Amino acid sequence: MKVELTVNGKDITADVEDRTLLVHFLRDTADLTATNIGCDTTSCGACTVLLDGESIKSCTVLAAQADGRSVTTLEGLASDTGEMHPVQRAFHTEHGLQCGYCTPGMVMAIVSMLKENPSPTEAEVREGLEGNICRCTGYHNIVQAALTAAAAIGAQEAAQ
Amino acid sequence: MSILGTRVIRTEDPRLLTSGGVYVDDLREPELAGAVRATFVRSPVAHALITGIDASAALEQPGVVAVLTVADMTDLPEPPPVEPPADDAPPAEGPVPLGPPWSEPLLAVDRVRFVGEPVALVLTDSTYQGEDAAELVSVDYEQLPAVASIDAALAGESLLYPDAGTNVCTQGLGECTDDSIFAGCEVIVEGDVVNQRVACLPMEGRSTAAAFVNGKLTVWTSTQNAQISRLILTAIGLPPEAIRVVAPDVGGGFGAKIGVDRESIIIAWAAKHVGRPVRWVETRSENLLAMTQGRAQRHHIKIGGSRDGHIKAYRLDVIQDTGAYARMSGFLPMLTNLMAPGVYDIPAVQAGYKVVLTNATPIAAYRGAGRPEAAATIERAVDWFASEAGVDPAVVRKLNFIQPEQFPFVTKTGAPYDTGDYEAALDKVLVAADYEGLREQQQRRRDAGDTRQLGIGLASYVEITAADAGAGETAKVEVHDNGTATVYTGSSAHGQGHHTAFAMIVTAELGIPMDKIEVIHGDTDLIPDGIGTYASRSLQLGGSAVQKAAIEVKDEAARKAADLFEAAESDVELDSETGMWHIKGDPDKSLTWSQVASAADEGLIVANVRFTADRPTFPFGTHLSLVEVDTETGKVTLLRHVTADDAGPVLNPILLDGQRHGGIAQGAAQALCEEILYDVDGNPLTSTLADYAAITAAELPSFELLRSETPTPLNPMGVKGIGEAGTIGATPAVHNAVIDAVSYLGVRHIDMPMTPERVWTAIQQAKVSAQ
Repeated sequence: MKVELTVNGKDITADVEDRTLLVHFLRDTADLTATNIGCDTTSCGACTVLLDGESIKSCTVLAAQADGRSVTTLEGLASDTGEMHPVQRAFHTEHGLQCGYCTPGMVMAIVSMLKENPSPTEAEVREGLEGNICRCTGYHNIVQAALTAAAAIGAQEAAQ
Repeated sequence: MSILGTRVIRTEDPRLLTSGGVYVDDLREPELAGAVRATFVRSPVAHALITGIDASAALEQPGVVAVLTVADMTDLPEPPPVEPPADDAPPAEGPVPLGPPWSEPLLAVDRVRFVGEPVALVLTDSTYQGEDAAELVSVDYEQLPAVASIDAALAGESLLYPDAGTNVCTQGLGECTDDSIFAGCEVIVEGDVVNQRVACLPMEGRSTAAAFVNGKLTVWTSTQNAQISRLILTAIGLPPEAIRVVAPDVGGGFGAKIGVDRESIIIAWAAKHVGRPVRWVETRSENLLAMTQGRAQRHHIKIGGSRDGHIKAYRLDVIQDTGAYARMSGFLPMLTNLMAPGVYDIPAVQAGYKVVLTNATPIAAYRGAGRPEAAATIERAVDWFASEAGVDPAVVRKLNFIQPEQFPFVTKTGAPYDTGDYEAALDKVLVAADYEGLREQQQRRRDAGDTRQLGIGLASYVEITAADAGAGETAKVEVHDNGTATVYTGSSAHGQGHHTAFAMIVTAELGIPMDKIEVIHGDTDLIPDGIGTYASRSLQLGGSAVQKAAIEVKDEAARKAADLFEAAESDVELDSETGMWHIKGDPDKSLTWSQVASAADEGLIVANVRFTADRPTFPFGTHLSLVEVDTETGKVTLLRHVTADDAGPVLNPILLDGQRHGGIAQGAAQALCEEILYDVDGNPLTSTLADYAAITAAELPSFELLRSETPTPLNPMGVKGIGEAGTIGATPAVHNAVIDAVSYLGVRHIDMPMTPERVWTAIQQAKVSAQ
């Protein structure tokens, strides 16, 4: 079947098998490989992307379900001038990543979480990340990065 | 001021954070254009004879290139013959490779021994086609009784290897029957402690791509060591020089990616056999069935001592469930035996082990590999003993610690501890956590009959890092005529931050800025000789090698600079802050690295070294866990986790703490929730992440980390390893905390993982016993 998606601001039209998962569309058709696959039960969150601005696990959405909609992946997060998003920057300064495999999903989940709740408590961040598994960091610095990013986004908005 | 010891954020991160890593499935190398997808047909039964394989229906499916079975592997060389042991040889002890009758095939030959064992390989144009076609490969199985537990293995009614006549494949020589060591002990505790089977669970599973072009095989694989993988891959009948192994970005390893598994060897063979590039990326379900798992030991312990808390004797008898294939022979329980007495000076210690085969996924290294099991049990035993003796567990630890002036100290099991100050680490934690205050809070809740009780758990650990210190590690450092440096290391990063750490070492020695230093690892064409990353060895061996190479480069550069200055070599010096060469006492005359390197042959100053250490190092520390247990439901909440760890001088505190955080989470996960389970027929019950209780952010607190820095004399930087300390310290601290919370009800022990059901059951049983 034919699908038309906007991915990171670019229109992509392709003929895909009906059963094509969004994550495979992103990786194989759009050739955007930052989004990783970490499980087959919607448990780990490595494949988290934004669908019309909200985080979803792209292993549990068909490309067909995303037809006509807009997807943002890690590759589309930095500004046009290449400046990292505050969440990406906070992961860097807080050492929120080690092997990097869960990172794209974690970053996208936190971007979405902070849109819903711009100043979360530590407990709220931990609860919000329950669907994203990391095996390297013990979550300590990921949680710290989310809190640092929330503060940075808040300060940025206050300055505007 | 030196950059060493300062907080430097990682050079690896910007790429990983903006375009994502390049893992095996992300590779777009020209050699992999048109690569076929590999899908394994795996055994759905735990133990069976294969009586037939019919691939005809699968072969008719669209996109199917080939269906390969062991019958197609006629082009493999015979494995090297194994010398039979002499008739009078003693029983095998330690990590000898197991040959016939125990050997492990590539694709199953005529028998399968665990659910998930690879039986056939389907090659297709696309992934979805592979999943469809693999379903249609028909395999006939004649089922055999499964050996689904240690007890079933020991009973020997069903044998995995009938030719061997037993399910016990190796055992240690330690004797665990002489009870005289407990004579005169006023307090004796004896019991079983289970260190359950857990998944290593790197977020990227196993993945391998291979291409065979003009007689040369290139294998891209998710591994902790490209060079060892290359040696293993010679099994397909090519010499090492005809094989290039590349480790691209690797999404975690935790011990399960040391070398390569049989699946990766099959992929390499298939690429050569069909003459097309092949790519295999396992699913999580495959990963939980067939990637090696960890721990899986049952311990029988006996500990005895005086009523005032002095430990006189300790016995540890280990049975290692090694799964269906003894990948590591006796290596893991041998390390458990070696580390049995932990941080204590115990006058009499007995330790022994047996390794048994079961119809389950093979066991291999998992973060700590044999040492966490030792620490978990001695720390549990010490608490158990303290509780029986009625002495505070912190006091019992202090009474029995090996004292600072006793180092170097050789334990009764033969471990040569280098340096340590165990009481200092314990004291740091007791103060930081306010141990006295916590005990008072605990008492208040007990007195009030609160349904939510506090538990305080301690674990003082010592562990062995760089156990194979003599194998060392390689490094090559080059300074180019444009003033940049390149580091080639045999060590192999998969999240630890080697690129940042090793560049820091070079910049500290040579004064070349970090952004002009490139660190390269994991490509056997560029680095033919290397060992890789495991056993917390990277900084102390790999980092020491980088430092040694940098110093040799500096020495060579001094000679070039002296020539250029027309001065004596002893009169020139490098300012390691600025990276400028000077004549001593004449700061106005200077040369850049670019100028000095330009004077060398081919504009390159290079040093190629291997660093080896005489012995392993023994980092140590204490963890304190504070938990809340709901006595009505058995639910455990981990409230605080405070640690004091000592791995010698610190290179970069954020990398150090990152390793500690990850290790603590994995250690707590083993204590609280994670376990690989099988039913009585050997069917796995935890083969997806919906079933396997991987720990999440919601179940953990932020961690409180303290440290001290006791250097080792075994390498110039004085550093020890930190990669596994977290799992080693955290598991027993959390374990002891939960039991401490409910000990006042009469509970003496609960096996891990301490799920609400287990904790609730233990409380109910204690209530019944008390009546």
